[in-house]
Formats: sequence, structure tokens, C-alpha cells
Amino acid sequence: MSSASGSLPRYILVRLALVLPMMWVLLTVVFILLRVAPGDPVSAAVGGKLNQEALDARRATLGLDRPLITQYLDYLGNVAHLDFGKTISDNRPVLDIIKDQGGATLTLTLGAFLVAMVIGLPLGRLAGRYRDTSADAAIRVFGVVTYAAPIFWTGIMFVLLVVKLFPGWPTNDIASVVTKFEVTPKSHILLFDAALEGNGSAVSDILKHHVLPCLTLGLLLSGVIIRLVRINVIQAMKGDYVEAARARGISERRVVRYHAFRNALVPVITVIGLQVAITLSGALVTERTFNWPGLGTELIQYVTARDYIAVQGLVTFFALIVVVVSVFVDILTALVDPRVRY
Amino acid sequence: MTPIELEEQDATGVDRGPVLEARDLRVWYGTDRGPVRAVDGVSFELRRGEILGLVGESGCGKSTLGRGLLGLLPDGAARDGELRFQGRDMLALKPREQHALRGRDLGMIFQEPLTRLNPLMRISEHFSETLRTHDKSISKAEIERRSLDVLRVMGIPPTRFRAYPHEFSGGMRQRLMIALTLVMRPAFVVADEPTTALDVLVEAQIIRILHDLRREYDTSLLLITHNLGIIAEACDRVAVMYAGEIVEIGEAREVFSRPRHPYTRELLRSTISLRTTGLNYIEGAPPDLVDPPPACRFHPRCPDAMNVCAQRHPVDRDHGAGTRAACWAADVAQGLVKLDDREAAPLPRGEISVADEA
Repeated sequence: MSSASGSLPRYILVRLALVLPMMWVLLTVVFILLRVAPGDPVSAAVGGKLNQEALDARRATLGLDRPLITQYLDYLGNVAHLDFGKTISDNRPVLDIIKDQGGATLTLTLGAFLVAMVIGLPLGRLAGRYRDTSADAAIRVFGVVTYAAPIFWTGIMFVLLVVKLFPGWPTNDIASVVTKFEVTPKSHILLFDAALEGNGSAVSDILKHHVLPCLTLGLLLSGVIIRLVRINVIQAMKGDYVEAARARGISERRVVRYHAFRNALVPVITVIGLQVAITLSGALVTERTFNWPGLGTELIQYVTARDYIAVQGLVTFFALIVVVVSVFVDILTALVDPRVRY
Repeated sequence: MTPIELEEQDATGVDRGPVLEARDLRVWYGTDRGPVRAVDGVSFELRRGEILGLVGESGCGKSTLGRGLLGLLPDGAARDGELRFQGRDMLALKPREQHALRGRDLGMIFQEPLTRLNPLMRISEHFSETLRTHDKSISKAEIERRSLDVLRVMGIPPTRFRAYPHEFSGGMRQRLMIALTLVMRPAFVVADEPTTALDVLVEAQIIRILHDLRREYDTSLLLITHNLGIIAEACDRVAVMYAGEIVEIGEAREVFSRPRHPYTRELLRSTISLRTTGLNYIEGAPPDLVDPPPACRFHPRCPDAMNVCAQRHPVDRDHGAGTRAACWAADVAQGLVKLDDREAAPLPRGEISVADEA
């Protein structure tokens, strides 16, 4: 029965210590998956353009002629130094791709998450509290439709709608040409850089460009959140402590907000954390739909080019992101729920 | 209704007028099969500082009665009849006014203490939330003083005030729940099987605390239980409930030593103690409350059933020594009514099964 606040740092330490084994497992899976895929990466990427000697030389420089175990250990060692290799097709360090394009994907996914929360949490709570009313039915249909609609379709519908209603509203790319020219990249997060320079018109231009892609990706996620929050609120409203709170005369508003909703959020946080992987794959399609200069667009290009080092590097990076987010979610859960800290 | 005679003052000179009066109180739930009449015409009164035990089998309406008194019923439930709390007509109150009474004047202690505290809130937050709800201007110091005061009475050390619910054992959590109920000093508390989920040693401790409540807080208590030992231990009076009705009510000692109603008698015979040699039980199961048996609801299971029991509902009568009961057989035994031979003849077996099916 140690004090609850004392065990929180220990809990966080344990979680952080688990990061390394988790990453190791993920990296191993990524490595194996890419080797299992049939075909030789070098001939796939640049085959037909070079003669046999040149191809062999490329294989040798990439170390693909060495035994698998050596390649595996090399791969792990390089990732530990944040070295994701150089692309085969255009000889670019993968880390540079991540630095240059990662910012666009970051602001897109964060924006989408924000949209999903702003839409999903209140609607889910409303539907859960007023269960089986027409409002609940409408919200549930909304949740199913947004979740079931393919991203590219939602995106195209939005574009068509916006072009008709607000002509001139940006429907692709992260910023206008002028803004891209004006803002000098420092952090490579365009929105951040523009804000840092105090360039108000650039910030508003970039934000406008974010609206449609974030809405498209955010709506998909909001469907999941609505259903999750709704069912958890319904569960929590049946909770014994909710009835006990009512028996103490606590106002219904407070009962819903502080007793039912807060408890309903605990499992929701966990599942939202798991949605990060889905969000990243959703971001891929969203970026493609809106011609967004992010990692998804890059990844699709390199997959098409069969650039195996680039794909391996980017997929590794995505895997690391998922690990980091899952640890972050665990810590967040512990902050909200004292029972988790043990 | 005839007014109930009350001793206006007890030995210490404290006013012992009724805190709570129920007259012909009904509570029912709407279901697909029709209304479930969980409480069907219940009358009783509770004096200040008095502990009334409420016993009966599972599903006889005990918990519904307890919650009905507080207006703590689910959607689709309704109340009718007369319910007065400190002279106020409870059924005429708006939901808002009634909500305001809960916690402040009416309290509830539940069966499962483990799940009754919000796991995300510290004990201190439970107390400040409750106190603030009923007194917006209460100061932090006052909250802490009042909370620690009642926790001390419950034997919870002040060092645990800021702990979370999961850091306490079951018995401690029930004491926390009792403290949380008593911090508002309500005049009337319903305790719904407060010890059912706890082990026997903790049970004895909780019962002692409840028994001593009136000394510290002058609280009237409705103690719902199916454990007759607890009633004998803690209660002044006892009400026996069967199929939504109170079939017998009186001083606990009197009811236990001279039960009038056959159901009370059978219930007492079914008690298991160290001296029990054979197990007794009452044949059959409590009736379906959507469609209860006609006349006396106990007659299909009653060993003393007469013809009249299946034809006319028994009348709630004074059986002396402060006991009231609703039973034809008891009436006859006490010489309160005269029945003709046909009515007084034992109910034939065949008719029991017919009535059972009805």
C-alpha cells in the first residue's frame, strides 16, 4: 500500500524500459517481412537499366551478398544510430526524406486527431447518455457512415463540395507556391516555421490547406471514437458508483461528466492509441488524394519504384512512431487511472 | 387511515415523532409483460433514531422499496400512494427538489462497497463533491474538518484521506461509504444489505457501526437484509416482506419470539445456526410480480392455508404487543375474526397447484 503518487515515476520507468524490447521485436518483423517478399530488390529497382556487373556491384555495396544474419545485425545497428540507409533509386538518405517530408505528415495526422476528438468525444457522450433516442440513432448512423466511407471517396466529395460552395479554397498540397517560397525551412514543419517567422498570411494559408485533408482523415477516426465513447458511457452510466453518486444528490450533469464520462475515457484512450497505426495508413491515402507532400506520398512512390531500402527505412520509422505512441498512451492512462500504476 | 399512536417522548426526553411515513405505497416497473408491482401497498412509519429491519426472500421487493423511498428508481418506474418525510409529501415534490433532498436528508448505503466509489477520484474528492453539492459556499477547511470527523468515527485514519478507493479493503470501503453518507447528517438512511458482500468479522463491525449511528447522528435507518441474525442484533423493529407486501411488522423481539404470520415463522425456521440439525426451507418460489396469486399472495406456499386465503385478501390487523400482521390464520388464532366452516377449512392440495399455475 505505497502511496499512489510515489509509484507513478516507477511505472513510467518500467514502461520506458520496455521500449527497447518492443522496438527490437518490431524491427525484426519488418526485416523478415521485407526479406520474405520475393524478388531481388536491386534488379527490381534498377533492373534493365544496368548490366549484370553493375547490378552485382550495387548488391555488394548494399551488402545484399552477405549472409542474412550479418545483414540483420547491420540493420539493427544502423537503426540504433538512426541511420535508415540510402534509397536505391535516387541515392537519398532515408533520414533526409523523413526530415523533409515528415513535418507535413505530422501536422496532417495531428490535425486529423484533433478533428476526430472534437467530433467524436461530444457526439459519443451525447449518444451514450441519450441512448436509443433519435439523436442517438442519428449519431450512430453518422459514426458508421464516416467509418465505412473510403478516404479517397470522402476526400473527393469534400473537394467537389468546396469547389462549388467556396471557390478558391485550396484543395490540394500543404501550401500555396508563394507561401512555400516565403517560408524558409528550419524545423521542416511548415506550419511551425511559418509561425516562427511571424508570417501571418503564410500561417493562415497553410491552415486553410490543412482543413480538407484533416477533415477527411479525422472523420474516419471520429467514427471509431463515437462508437467507443458511446458504448463506454453506456457501460459507465450503469456503474455502481454512478448510482451511488446520484444517491448522494450529485447533479446529473456532474454525474455524467465526472463519474460516467471520465471512467468511460480510460479504455477509449487505450484504443485511440491503437488507432495510430490505422491513422498512419489512412494518412497514406489522404496524402495521395490531396497531393500532400508527406511521408505517405514518398512511401507510395518508393513502393512503386520497388526501392527496397527506402521502403524498409520508412516502414521502420513508422514502426518506431507506433512504439513511441503506445508508450505515451500507457503513461497517459496511468495519469488518468490510479489503478494502472501498480 | 387511523392515526398511529406514538410515544411522543422516550426516556431521555427526545422527540420520537415519525421521520418517515408510508401509506399504501406502491412502486412498479413497466415491462413488456405488463407492470411489475414490486411494492404493492406498503404502510409503515419510522421514528427518529429508530432502526427498522426489512427482511424477505430475494425478489420480494425489499430493494425496490428502499430505493423507492429515496426516489432512486430507474426510468420506466413509477410510485403511487403516500410518502411523508418529516411531514413533507415526497410524491408531490418535483424531481429537482427530490434530488436536492438526496444526500442531504436522505442517504443510501449499498450492498457492494467495492464498486460504489469512483475509482478515478480520491476519497477526499468524494467528500468535497458531496459537501459542495449541498452547500456551495462551504470552505476547504470546513470540508476537511467535517470529513475527517466522520472518518474518525468510522475508524479510518486521517492519513488515508487523500488515497484512492482501490487502496482500501472491502470492509474499509463500506465504512467509507457509510462515512460519505453520514457526512451530511441525513435524517433517514436506507442500508441495502450493507454486509452481504463482506466476511463475517467485518460484518459484525459494520453492524455495530450502524447500530451505534443513532447515538452519534440520531439517524433513522431502514436496514434491508435477508440475514435474520442481523435484525435481532441491530434492529428495534422488523418488517417482513413477501411479494411486494409487508405481511408482518412489529418489535423485533416480539416478532421473533411470537411470529404471527406463517411466512415469518417459516423464515425463522429456515435460519441456519450452529444448532441447526436439519435444513428447513419454504416449498416453492416467490411469485411472479407481474401476475401475483389472488387474495393472500402466500397462500400457494402456506402450510396453514384455508379456503378463505385463496378468496379474500387478508386485512392488516393489530395483533397486540405492537405487532401488525395480514393473515387469516393469525386472525383466527388471535380470535380477531370469525370464519364460517367452509372458509376455515384447509385449502385442498389440488387447489394449491391450480393457484400456482394461475
